[in-house]
Amino acid sequence: MNSESAIRHPPSAVPTLRIAPSKGWVPLKLGELWEYRELLYFLVWRDVKVRYKQTALGASWAIIQPFLTMVVFSIFFGHLAKVPSDGIPYPIFSFAALVPWTFFANGLSQSSNSLVGSGMLISKVYFPRLIIPLASVFSGIVDFAIAFLVMLAMMLYYGLVPTLNVIWLPLFLLLALVTSLGVGLWLSALNVEYRDVRYVVPFITQFWLLATPIAYPSSLLHQPWRSLYGLNPMVGVVEGFRWALLRSNSAPGPIIAISASAAIVILITGAFYFRRMEKTFADIV
Amino acid sequence: MSEIAITVEGLGKRYRIGANQQAYKTLKEKLTQTATAPFRAAQHLLTRNGNGNSQSAIRNSKSGAFWALKDVSFEVKRGDVLGIIGRNGAGKSTLLKILSRITEPTEGYADIHGRVASLLEVGTGFQPELTGRENILLNGSILGMKHAEIRRRFDEIVAFAEVEQFIDTPVKHYSSGMYVRLAFAVAAHLDPEILLVDEVLAVGDIDFQKKCVGSMQSVADSGRTVLLVSHNLALVESLCNRALLLDEGRVSSNGPTANVISDYLSKYQLNDSEDLSHHPRKNPKSSAWFSSIQMLNRDGEPASDFRAGDEFTVKLGITVESPILQPWIGIRFRTPADQLICHIANREAGYQLPAISSASKIECQISSLNLLPGRYFVDLLLADMLNRHYDKLSGAAYFDVREADVLQSGMPMNQAYGLVFFPSKWKLIETSAKLV
Repeated sequence: MNSESAIRHPPSAVPTLRIAPSKGWVPLKLGELWEYRELLYFLVWRDVKVRYKQTALGASWAIIQPFLTMVVFSIFFGHLAKVPSDGIPYPIFSFAALVPWTFFANGLSQSSNSLVGSGMLISKVYFPRLIIPLASVFSGIVDFAIAFLVMLAMMLYYGLVPTLNVIWLPLFLLLALVTSLGVGLWLSALNVEYRDVRYVVPFITQFWLLATPIAYPSSLLHQPWRSLYGLNPMVGVVEGFRWALLRSNSAPGPIIAISASAAIVILITGAFYFRRMEKTFADIV
Repeated sequence: MSEIAITVEGLGKRYRIGANQQAYKTLKEKLTQTATAPFRAAQHLLTRNGNGNSQSAIRNSKSGAFWALKDVSFEVKRGDVLGIIGRNGAGKSTLLKILSRITEPTEGYADIHGRVASLLEVGTGFQPELTGRENILLNGSILGMKHAEIRRRFDEIVAFAEVEQFIDTPVKHYSSGMYVRLAFAVAAHLDPEILLVDEVLAVGDIDFQKKCVGSMQSVADSGRTVLLVSHNLALVESLCNRALLLDEGRVSSNGPTANVISDYLSKYQLNDSEDLSHHPRKNPKSSAWFSSIQMLNRDGEPASDFRAGDEFTVKLGITVESPILQPWIGIRFRTPADQLICHIANREAGYQLPAISSASKIECQISSLNLLPGRYFVDLLLADMLNRHYDKLSGAAYFDVREADVLQSGMPMNQAYGLVFFPSKWKLIETSAKLV
């Protein structure tokens, strides 16, 4: 709550909270979000724990999903269709993209459904609602880490040694997170009012998968289309991962700059839209 | 330090009727909705730039709206324990939800001075898969406790809940009693300056309810401000120093608890019988239960206030799903301090009730209410001659006995004389001489 102001004022002053109708666009209140960071931590912790406790295969799901997709892609695109892979073995070429993609796609679908799924919580307790989609996206990091270990094992198998570029990797992961969260905020807020969103999400992910250079290299596109392509933030993520881990291409600086700008725009607009719709959540959910 | 904990001024909340119906549309509607959703969203954004309320205005024209709260204004002083009472749908829960910031008011404002915690439900966010220990951490954090604070009070919480042995067992294996105890234990260890509570006490067995009331009492005694929404007038009366009566979204009475409760009673209870179907029960409802209670005075009028020594009639409505062959119905009077005064039952009165197999009304007439002035609670028991219990209600109703010159001596009696009175005849039968 308002303990910040309680600290700043002399002890005799009591924090005062005014509850009044809000109109139009409202501030994001990032300070309050920060005060609730422990709740965010616990919700992430709960998501991870419950997911691994409830499913028979537990943590191995984090590996199975991208790994089997990689196998299918390698057979159909790499082996049969002979899709080029910038001189890298096709399996590791596609897996390097599938690991961040899986993180993105799962974060997107879980955050889109997160508000509707937390209806009980929303209608009974106050906390900054932004925490809910945030927690859904963050909880995917554990899955990502497990899948990333498989990635390292595969690199070992193919005798590929990462270069120093690998220090940029967290930044690319952050870009995937920002994109996933940004779209997740838009969709989760829309989902409360228009329950159709849950049917739309699988379509969106499917189209997005094809619009991202996962099964094919982005070198198939030529300028200026390639820069335009960067408006899809996942292009920057995938290019970044391939560059940092496999050195399959030259430094994708311009594309990443475009992707990062696009992702930030999605995130900021998503956050404001979410905050604007927030006051209706408890009444509709 | 300011004397006022909460100021509410002109608070109103409008709900759109049918806002939920969107989830239940046909596939065709869903498709058209999908196709038009972006346009509608865009339209909302465009139209709302000029006018903050146009979205609601659109809905209004389509499906209407209603005000769950309207023009609600009141103040709560620091240390007050305010009971919020009213019938179902009077706006009690909406008021609490606004003060808890779960939903926004449509108009007016509320100022809250101090750290606030709200408890609208016991066990919000409990996860069946997680252990008791994990749920304490999770639930505490959801209710707004800091991690360090939960750790510090962890042992107290576990001890309060009496679940020491099962603390590392997933709560899906808990009995419902254990589950509720654990959930309440976490909530009971919240430490706010202002606590907002919604009828969460109506859970668990009687012993645990008493423990909960005890912990509420200690919160109230510690000088913190409490707002309690409840249907249970007896609880409000024993815990709250002030009360607020809501009627169709408006404040109908506000003041000392006793006054507000009598306003409530005169407003409703005189006209019709008290609905018992949703009264908190120790055990879930079985195949038969008490659905209503009505008390009548010597003139046969519904009342909640009687003269000592008058005729007193109780009418009970019973809902029956499968027949009861030999019903045994018990009515107990007890004091607010839980002291049993008497148990009146048809079997003991020598009246064999016929089998009842559908909704029935039963009347019990007491020719002389031999209770001294004060407040009395009524408990009800529905069983059969084989002592199978169907329904048991604690505090189903209460009534007041007014001071009266019951023995026609010109010497009114009150509770200084005890709880009951016996008409008595006196005469002098022996005396040694020299009377004068």
